[in-house]
Amino acid sequence: MGNKTDKEGAMVTLEGGGEPLLSVRNLKVHFPMDEGRVRAVDGVSFDVQPGQVVGIVGESGCGKSVTMKAILRIVEPPGRIVEGQIMYHSRASGEAGTSKVRGTIDLVGLAPNGKEMRDIRGAEIALIPQEPMAAFSPVHTVGNQVIEAIRLHRDLSKSAARQLAVDTFRDVGISMPEQRIDSYSWQMSGGLRQRAMIAMALAANPRLLIADEPTTAIDVTTQAQILRLLRKLRFEYNSAIIFITHDLGVIAQMADYVVVMYLGKVMAQGPVDDLFHNPLHPYTQALLRSIPSVQSAPRVKLPTISGSIPHAFNRPKGCPFHPRCTSFMPGVCDRDEPELKAVDGRQLVSCFLFRDTPEVANGQA
Amino acid sequence: MEESLDTAPLLKEAIPEDRVSVASNAQLVWWRFTKHKPALVAMVVLFMFFVVLLFPAFFSIQEPELTDAKLAFIPSQSLHLFDGAKLRPWVPTVVGKRNPTTLRMEWKIDASKKIAVRFLSQGYPYKIFGLIPTRLHILGAVRADEQNRIYLLGTDRLGRDQWSRLMFATQTSMTIGMVSVALSIFLGVLLGGISGYFGGFVDLVIQRLIELLQSLPTIPIWLALSAALPRDWPPTRVFFAITIILALIGWTTLAREVRGRFLSLREEDFVLSAELVGCSRMRIILRHMVPTFSSHIIATSTLAIPVMIISETSLSFLGLGLRPPAISWGVLLQEAQNIQTLALAPWLLIPGLVVVIAVLAFNIVGDGLRDAADPYGK
Amino acid sequence: MLRFIMQRVLLMPVLLVVFSVIVFALVQAPPGDFLTSYAATLASSGSSIGETELQALRQTYGLDKPIYVQYLYWMGNLLRGDLGLSLEYQRPNAELIGERLVLTLALAAFSFIFTWIIAIPAGILSARHQHGPIDYFFTFFNYIGVAIPNFMLALILMWLGFSVLGISVTGLFSPEFEQAPWNLARVADLMKHMWLPAIVIGISGTARLTRVMRANLLDELNKLYVVTARAKGMSEWKLVLKYPVRLAINPLISTIGWYLPQLFSGSLIVATVMNLPNIGPLLLRSLISQDMYLAGSLLLIYAFLTIIGTLLSDILLALADPRIRMRG
Repeated sequence: MGNKTDKEGAMVTLEGGGEPLLSVRNLKVHFPMDEGRVRAVDGVSFDVQPGQVVGIVGESGCGKSVTMKAILRIVEPPGRIVEGQIMYHSRASGEAGTSKVRGTIDLVGLAPNGKEMRDIRGAEIALIPQEPMAAFSPVHTVGNQVIEAIRLHRDLSKSAARQLAVDTFRDVGISMPEQRIDSYSWQMSGGLRQRAMIAMALAANPRLLIADEPTTAIDVTTQAQILRLLRKLRFEYNSAIIFITHDLGVIAQMADYVVVMYLGKVMAQGPVDDLFHNPLHPYTQALLRSIPSVQSAPRVKLPTISGSIPHAFNRPKGCPFHPRCTSFMPGVCDRDEPELKAVDGRQLVSCFLFRDTPEVANGQA
Repeated sequence: MEESLDTAPLLKEAIPEDRVSVASNAQLVWWRFTKHKPALVAMVVLFMFFVVLLFPAFFSIQEPELTDAKLAFIPSQSLHLFDGAKLRPWVPTVVGKRNPTTLRMEWKIDASKKIAVRFLSQGYPYKIFGLIPTRLHILGAVRADEQNRIYLLGTDRLGRDQWSRLMFATQTSMTIGMVSVALSIFLGVLLGGISGYFGGFVDLVIQRLIELLQSLPTIPIWLALSAALPRDWPPTRVFFAITIILALIGWTTLAREVRGRFLSLREEDFVLSAELVGCSRMRIILRHMVPTFSSHIIATSTLAIPVMIISETSLSFLGLGLRPPAISWGVLLQEAQNIQTLALAPWLLIPGLVVVIAVLAFNIVGDGLRDAADPYGK
Repeated sequence: MLRFIMQRVLLMPVLLVVFSVIVFALVQAPPGDFLTSYAATLASSGSSIGETELQALRQTYGLDKPIYVQYLYWMGNLLRGDLGLSLEYQRPNAELIGERLVLTLALAAFSFIFTWIIAIPAGILSARHQHGPIDYFFTFFNYIGVAIPNFMLALILMWLGFSVLGISVTGLFSPEFEQAPWNLARVADLMKHMWLPAIVIGISGTARLTRVMRANLLDELNKLYVVTARAKGMSEWKLVLKYPVRLAINPLISTIGWYLPQLFSGSLIVATVMNLPNIGPLLLRSLISQDMYLAGSLLLIYAFLTIIGTLLSDILLALADPRIRMRG
């Protein structure tokens, strides 16, 4: 195992840049169930640079949401982080004014509900959840919940916190913030709710926002507005964003860097332009092929990825994607798991196609 | 997390997947039910109750009405299977002595003198289902002259054998519980179905009626109805009247449930697709809708039976339900009404224990069924 | 919501009139009347009463009139606030019921408080430790609590009190306070006696409520707003108590609608067994002796309490849940 971590540790330098804000290394989150062990996240590594937008793409069930929960340390039992590191570098973003956190911390080493983790959660790393309707409590006013988020991390009086909440509401483009703050989430429209949710996440001025499919539950026009808002706020608040989605179009608009996941593993990662214009991994290629394009011929069946995602309990042996892969190499792909390797200096790809000599006999399977 | 934790293949390990995909709803329910161990145990207990219900006389040892005031308040004699190392069942004798000051008989268990008993012995004559004459009983003394000396659960104030009475009481009380639930279901499904099916004015009238009945205080109304039964009615007629009284108040909950299910099912995709395929209305209701909620109905009614049993027991205990010579759990418990008597003969509470066991068993089985009734749910 | 409650309040008199008809029909249903059962009682105790005397009494009480006349007579009195005269006790019903009604309400209130104080924390603990030993303990207790008929529980407690401790746990007052006028000492004495019957009456409700609370909370704990709150950095207990517990309790409030009435009438059987001076035993007695005005008035009181219970739960629900309060 030590050998493996070394290899991935070496990866950091490859991505270049300064010290990352967050580095996830070989993260494994497993769910022991009666029926067997679900390897929801199985050896995921990536970095988030300060101010960077990292998109995590993948079909449902690929482990992107669990990865996000693991970073926040809110994976529900029976799920457990069984291996790996989540290094949070608090110095990385420069000004450390309000932060209670100093230096580099491995979040995996903290108690999930301990004081240290709770000081990071919400204050340093905040979450924008998927469905704003369900993400607010229906029996508390939105303001109540936003003010609570502020006062958890900042020593402010009730009225000062309320003022800050109103300001943040204005920042995220909610009109009449003084009135809206006293309404209930179900009295708001979908777009407004999502804005309020973003305001709540931003209120404590976090360095890292994790947006879990923030636009899936709202209609297309509002979606565009929310994306525009997030792009704007990213500069105003100087926060990095981990953007989780299955929508490649959104990724292309938002992200600087992309991580492609499949069945709990990273298939490929790299800067958004490289990954989209020169997709190396067969899975990435297949994903991109299945996007309808303005240029594509009308009335032609859209290419889809053949087969369906295997069930979590019977994950295929070898490369998880091999049963659906067009470049499947029998005897190689179904025997060993490929590792994430740098290819042409800019992308990291986990595929035997980019291996001179597949390590057949390393006995890992 | 939800994405990766699809629970559909819960049954995968036990049953091959291809069988799961073609299994009927009832099969799926049953498979899930069998995974719930307490429910299976409770099911076995219920099964034993049913066997007693069918053959109470076989399980009794003496005639339930056999009275002998001289033999009042004999404590229970425990049944021993082994005599030394040999399998030779026996019960200890009881010796009575009159207390000179209280003039009461005081009974002592004397384990040194054993009454040999055997299973499947010949006892008093009776007819199975009122048809087949026989003398076979589960247990009896080996020597016929000791026939009257086996009181597994003691005797009551009139020297009647509580064990044997309990067997007949089980028949009565279980029957009342189940028949009244069956009546409730009939009324509930009928009116609930009509209400949900026709909607509109009929629905409105039935709903108001249900609301009216539900806002009546249940227990006082029960009492008033039971008190209205003429005192001189024969036991069987009282039995049926009590059953109907219990059902009259119980059906409203069921009707609401059926109607609710009916209404929500009407909106389901599979009903729509059945309509689009061109199924007739009757076929949709009988083949598509009823099966999906029948398991819920079964679960709900299993959970309703213990409520009825407790109601019957309470009514009879208060003297407003069944009355002697009928024998039910409540009637048996009437003997335990007096605290002085109870202090003297605590075994008179045993019927209460049986009530608790029966109610527990029904509740556990009902819960198991309800959880299993939703094979694709969580 | 306010409109809904107003409708309910306005509907109450109508409902009560309907109930009064049902109730009167019920107390009239047994063959014969009070005097036949009175004569039977006399006969069984050896004495007898002449047919002419019976006729005379029948005329005095108006029992010879057609049923609808008797009903109107009863209703007329009720509207004037007169609950009528008990045929058996030969005293005004209001006098008989008065204190007993207060005790009935007090007992129900006590049981209710007991139920909620035990069931809510038990349900929370159970749900938070799902499949843990605490959960199994409460689940076991819940099954037992529902399975023991409350008169059985009363019997067992009375029996244990009598044979082990040598005390009588019946009644609501010590003998010296039974007829005493109300004062602090009497209230204290009442409290000393009330908790046991209150627990006996409340135990099955507690078991049920614990189960409902556990199930509701388990549902709520899976909701996204819990994840949001957790992601804010709230401490676990604080967030559980503020959000999911609050939401899990809301549906319980609507159960008050049937639980309170159940407590009123559930105390009836226990009261009879434990010899509690509330309206339960009085109803039982009046039903058996066909003391129809007393029985009718008592039944109507039960019905009234039931309606009030439902109304109360509607109001509380509206207060607790803004979604209900602000819509409609």
